[in-house]
Amino acid sequence: MKALSIRQLSKRYPNGVEALKGIDLDVEEGDFFALLGPNGAGKTTAIGILTSLVNKTGGQIEVFGHNMDRELEAAKACIGVVPQEVNFNQFEKVCDIVVNQAGYYGISRRQALPRAERYLKQLDLWEKRDSPSRNLSGGMKRRLMIARALVHEPRLLILDEPTAGVDIEIRRSMWEFLREINAQGTTIILTTHYLEEAENLCRNIAIIDHGQIIEKASTRRLLDKLSTETFILNLQTALREVPEVDGYQLNMVDETCIEVEIHRDRSINALFQQLSDAGIQVASMRNKVNRLEELFVRMVHGGRNDRAGGES
Amino acid sequence: MSRRRQNMVGLYTIVHKELTRVLRIWIQTLVPPAITMSLYFVIFGQLIGRRVGEMGGLDFMAWIAPGLIIMAVIQNSYGNVVSSFFGAKFGRHIEEMMVSPLPTSMILAGYVIGGMGRGLLVGLLVALIASLFVPLQVANPLVMAAVVLLTSATFSLAGLINAVFAKKFDDISIIPTFILTPLTYLGGVFYTVELLPGPWRELSLFNPILYMVNLFRYSIFGVSDVRLDIAFVIILAMLIVLYILAFYLLKRGIGLRA
Ligand SMILES: Nc1ncnc2c1ncn2[C@@H]1O[C@H](COP(=O)(O)OP(=O)(O)O)[C@@H](O)[C@H]1O
Ligand SMILES: [Mg+2]
Repeated sequence: MKALSIRQLSKRYPNGVEALKGIDLDVEEGDFFALLGPNGAGKTTAIGILTSLVNKTGGQIEVFGHNMDRELEAAKACIGVVPQEVNFNQFEKVCDIVVNQAGYYGISRRQALPRAERYLKQLDLWEKRDSPSRNLSGGMKRRLMIARALVHEPRLLILDEPTAGVDIEIRRSMWEFLREINAQGTTIILTTHYLEEAENLCRNIAIIDHGQIIEKASTRRLLDKLSTETFILNLQTALREVPEVDGYQLNMVDETCIEVEIHRDRSINALFQQLSDAGIQVASMRNKVNRLEELFVRMVHGGRNDRAGGES
Repeated sequence: MSRRRQNMVGLYTIVHKELTRVLRIWIQTLVPPAITMSLYFVIFGQLIGRRVGEMGGLDFMAWIAPGLIIMAVIQNSYGNVVSSFFGAKFGRHIEEMMVSPLPTSMILAGYVIGGMGRGLLVGLLVALIASLFVPLQVANPLVMAAVVLLTSATFSLAGLINAVFAKKFDDISIIPTFILTPLTYLGGVFYTVELLPGPWRELSLFNPILYMVNLFRYSIFGVSDVRLDIAFVIILAMLIVLYILAFYLLKRGIGLRA
């Protein structure tokens, strides 16, 4: 069964920004899925539409088979969400925040209390249960929002940049917690702008940029793609057919130009050796620009700016 | 578990949260009206009232008491919802309800009942203070219950609509200061409209608060400046219009969803 199915989802904000330009996305039940993209890509907008906080401009969404236009309440009941920014009442006590959230989902106080206790303990917040939430540290606030999202035991947990601005140690323990939740059967979708996070946690990744999905693949497949480099070789003499070269896959672009994909940790010396043995002279060589790679370079820079300044 | 029962749990959660808030910040919610109203009773009732003598066939103190009670109900129902709902919007914790399957009608009902709760609580408090100065009775308990419930529900809805449109904290005090308070003062709290010259009396009849004040005074002392049936129709119409407007605004997510 599909936990989530999105078709042609688009969003244009009143100020004219097209935050989503018709995205398609499918997430299988049980998956641990990353929506990876730089700041401003449209991740929070997509999550906002999924959780009824942003109105869509067009498109269709189904959550566990419930169409959000026709069976909104059933769809909502399946989702738990951890937003990018703190959105609980800072004056409310930690335990009340979790129990009240359960109430909105129709779970009585009596049923919600043991659940709140369980999740607050697992997330190391039980000691703080009677503190006003404004007294929590940044990492604790994030964990409180995770407990709040889980209290109605949603089948799909959505987290918007759950570890942005959280220190390494807490990030690791949060990863561990999410892995466990996922192993117990909860489908998880998280957005992130750290490739490392998606790589460590997720089985499938969709990459979003400028409101478009530019890549969807399993994490392994994506890492493969990222770990190869494509070179373009211009030859001094024209060729009639693709030369056979051991261990390399060559493609002819035209008779004086070939392309070769090389894994990053392999040497290219052997390639040149074999080419010159076959009497093929290379005049010049350049890297083929890779859209994915370009994006990652940008994301790394974005990430740096992020740490220096605020987040958008 | 049935959807209906889940909705009731959700509604109860909001009401419980709203009323806990009123009691938690009692210094802001309960004490100020108690002080202001005590001052009204001492200054207008005791000191000035003695010189005024009678108003509309009642002792001046008795005349103003119902008006001041209903004024407290109006201000506090309105004030509770406008500040609580705007606070939830501003602090973004309104999103906790928006992501949940709780229907719009329940969210609306939760805030309205919360506002009514504070309105009635403060109204009761002011009535207790008033009874220290003037003997109060209940001439018509049914009318009393109806007018208090309808009035507090109406102004809770009005407060919610104000909060939906408010963008900053200043915006939640504009309506109470420039509309609510003047309309209450001109709504026959301190005088009978019989005293007003013709055109002013006609104009007063467009003030919905006049009907609430008079119905409530009727429920205590059995006297009214206006016809009871017309008064009820006007209040009911206002309630329905405001409910529809508030429901529409919430449903469409005006001021809430981008
Ligand atoms: N409320 C809004 N009004 C107008 N533009 C917005 C709003 N929210 C986000 N945007 C714009 O939409 C684009 C996508 O933003 P967002 O979804 O927050 O991206 P991400 O979460 O990937 O960083 C950005 O260009 C952003 O400036
Ligand atoms: Mg974002």
